[in-house]
Amino acid sequence: MSKVIQNGRIVTSDWQILTVAEGEEAEALSVPAGRVIVPLATWLARREELAARADVGVWFASSEGPEALEADIARLPVIAVNFPKFVDGRGYSTAVLLRTRYGYTGQLIAFGEVLRDQFNYLARCGFDTLQPREDRYTDAQLDAAIASIGDYSEPYQASVLHPQPMFRRIARAGAKA
Amino acid sequence: MYRYDAYDQKLVDERVAQFRDQMRRHLAGELSDDEFRPVRLQNGLYIQRHAPMYRISIPYGHLASRQLRKLAHLARTYDKSYLHFTTRQNVQFNWAPLEVIPEICAELATVQLHSIQTSGNCIRNFTSDPFAGVAGDELIDPRPWAEILRQWATFHPEFAYLPRKFKIAVNGAKEDRAVIQVHDIGLDLKKNEAGEIGFRVLVGGGLGRTPIIGREIESFIPWQHIISYCEAILRVYNRYGRRDNSFKARIKILVSALGIDEFRWQVREEWAHLKDGPNTLTVEEVHRVADFFEDPAYEDLPADDAGYHHHIAENLAFAAWVKRNVRAHKKQGYASVVLSLKKPGVAPGDITSEQLDLVADWADRFSFGEARVTHEQNLVLADVKKSELYTLWQLARKAGLATPNIGLLTDIICCPGGDFCSLANAKSIPIAAAIQERFDDLDYLHDIGDIEINISGCMNACGHHHVGHIGILGVDKNGEEWYQVTLGGSQGNSTSLGKVIGPSFARAEMPDVIAEIIETYVAERHDDELFIDTVRRIGLEPFKARVYAERQPHKKVANV
Repeated sequence: MSKVIQNGRIVTSDWQILTVAEGEEAEALSVPAGRVIVPLATWLARREELAARADVGVWFASSEGPEALEADIARLPVIAVNFPKFVDGRGYSTAVLLRTRYGYTGQLIAFGEVLRDQFNYLARCGFDTLQPREDRYTDAQLDAAIASIGDYSEPYQASVLHPQPMFRRIARAGAKA
Repeated sequence: MYRYDAYDQKLVDERVAQFRDQMRRHLAGELSDDEFRPVRLQNGLYIQRHAPMYRISIPYGHLASRQLRKLAHLARTYDKSYLHFTTRQNVQFNWAPLEVIPEICAELATVQLHSIQTSGNCIRNFTSDPFAGVAGDELIDPRPWAEILRQWATFHPEFAYLPRKFKIAVNGAKEDRAVIQVHDIGLDLKKNEAGEIGFRVLVGGGLGRTPIIGREIESFIPWQHIISYCEAILRVYNRYGRRDNSFKARIKILVSALGIDEFRWQVREEWAHLKDGPNTLTVEEVHRVADFFEDPAYEDLPADDAGYHHHIAENLAFAAWVKRNVRAHKKQGYASVVLSLKKPGVAPGDITSEQLDLVADWADRFSFGEARVTHEQNLVLADVKKSELYTLWQLARKAGLATPNIGLLTDIICCPGGDFCSLANAKSIPIAAAIQERFDDLDYLHDIGDIEINISGCMNACGHHHVGHIGILGVDKNGEEWYQVTLGGSQGNSTSLGKVIGPSFARAEMPDVIAEIIETYVAERHDDELFIDTVRRIGLEPFKARVYAERQPHKKVANV
C-alpha cells in the first residue's frame, strides 16, 4: 500500500508493483493474486496467462517504449513508468506517446524517483498518478506538494493536459494592444 | 521587440514563486543538493568557485533600455557592480549570494526578464543574428520565429530532462551570423521556389569535447510545421540519446552513431504522427508575433550626412571607430553601432553598472530604446542616425565603450575561465589580457585586419575556440595550466573547425606564440588577403615551423 497522488488527491494505492530481483528471470517472476503491475518483459513472456486476469498492469523501464505493447495497451487497467533517476526524462515521452498515439485512457502511474518539482511536467505529459519513493515525503510535505501540479496554470505548448497550444487556446492581444 | 502580455507575465511570475519555494526548501534541508541541482540549473544558477554564477536569458540578444537599467541596478545591489555578457547572448552575475537569487528573479520579472532554462539539460535560450531587422543581407527576419519557438520551448513538459543541453539558433540572412552550423539545431530561414517561407534544418552541430559541424537533415520545412518538426527531433533525441555517459550525450553523438540518413528517417517517422496536428502554426499567430518586430519609426533621411563625413575627414580616431565599429543599415541615413566590450585591461564581455546605465541612455536617445548582445560579447545599438554617430562616439569613448577594434585581434571571444568557472581547467581572461597588451599598436592591429581569436578555459568550449581563426584552449596537465592552439577555424557560412598546431604552451608563452603566428601571416599574405584565407591557402606548416622552431623542449609534453 503506497501513498500516491491520483488526480490531485492523496490516496492509498493497492497496486503492487513487482520488480525483478537480481539473478531472477522476468519470465519466472512469481505473480501473486490481487492487483499487480508486472515488468514489460514478464508481460511479454507470459501474455496469455496474465491477459486472462483483469487485475494485472504493466510497467515500463525508462529505456522501454509503448511500441512493444501496442496491441495490449487499450485493455490494460493500469500502466506505470519507472523513473530510475529523476534526471532520466525518457518516461515523459513514454507517457505522451501512450496518451496521444496509443489512445491509452486508463490509469498512468509515474513511480521511482518522482519529485514534487516535476509534478507539473509529469501531469502535463499525461500521468494521472504520481508515486514518489515510499519514504521521500512526509504526509505534510506530500500534502503541500499537490499544489506543484498547478505550478504553470496556462502553459504555452500543447501537451496531454492541454491538447491545444496557447496560440490555438487563447486569443492573445498583439503588439498594438 | 517582443513585449509580454498577461499570459507571458503570469508564466514568469509563476516561475518566480516556484523557485522561491524551491530555494526555501533547499535552505530548509528538504531539497538535497542532488535534487536541487537540476532545479537551480534550469533557473540559470551554478555553484561556482567563489559564489554562485547566475545566468539570465536574453532571448536572441534583445534588450530594452529599462531592462539594461534593471540589470545595472541588480548588479549594484546584489553583485559587484559589473556583469558579463556571454557567447550565447546571455548575461551573468558572478558574485550574488545563493539566497538572494529568488529576489533577483522577482526583480527581473518586473521588466520581462528571466533566467529560465539558461542551464540544465533542456532547451536553452534561442540565439540569432544581432543585426536582425537591420542587416542589408537579411532575407527573412528571424526574430518572430525565434520568439515563437522560444514560447514552444519554455517549460516544455516533455523535454526538461533531456540527455544533455540543447541549443537552437536561427538565421535569416545570406551570411550566417548566428553560428547555426555548430548548434544542436540550426535553423536557416529561406523561401522556396513558390516564394513560401520555410526552414533549412541542420542538426547535430556543436563544439565542446567533440566538435562537429551540423548536418542538413531537411532542406525545407514549411513554416507551419516548424514546431512539430522540432518536436519530432527532440522526441527522438529524448528517447534514444545516450544517457550512460554525459560526454557522449549531446544529439551530435546520436546523429553520428546512427548516421544522418538513419536519423532523418527516424525523425520523419516520428514527424508523420505530429505533422498537421495542433502544433501547426497559424497565420494569425505568426502575424501577432511578427507585429512586435516591425520597423521602428525611421525618418526619411538623406543617404549621406555632411557633418558625419566632415568628422571622418577631420578626426582620425573617429574615422578608425567608424571603420571598425559602424555597420551599414538597410535604411538610408542610419547605421548600426557596435559598442566594444573588449577594451584592453577589461575582461572580454564585462560591463559595469555605470556603463549599462549609459548604454540604456544612448539606446533611448539614439536607437529607439533598444540594444542587442552579440555572441562575440559586444553590444549593438542597431538604429542610429548617421548624423548622430559623432555625438554617440564621443559619449561612448568617454565611457570606455568605443575601442575601435571590432573584428580585430583584440576583439577576443573569451569565457570566464578559471578565474570564475568551476568547470575550467585553466584561466582564460589573463590570456586575453596578455594578448591585448602585446598588441597595443592600433595601426598594427588595423594592418593585421579581420581576425578572430577565441579562448576557452576548458573543452566545454564556451569561448567557441574551435571556430576561432586562432583558437586557444586551456588544458590541465598535472595541475598546471597549459594552452593548446588551433588554426583555421571559422564561423559563418563557411564554418570550419580549427586544427591543433602541436603541443601546448605555458601561459607566459602565449603572447609570443600569437605574435609569431601573426608575423608568419604578415610575411606570407598576399595583398589584402585576410588571415583566415592565408591559413587556408598555405596550411598549418609555416605557422608550426615558426612557432616551434625555438620551442623544442616542450614537444615532449603530451597533447591533451
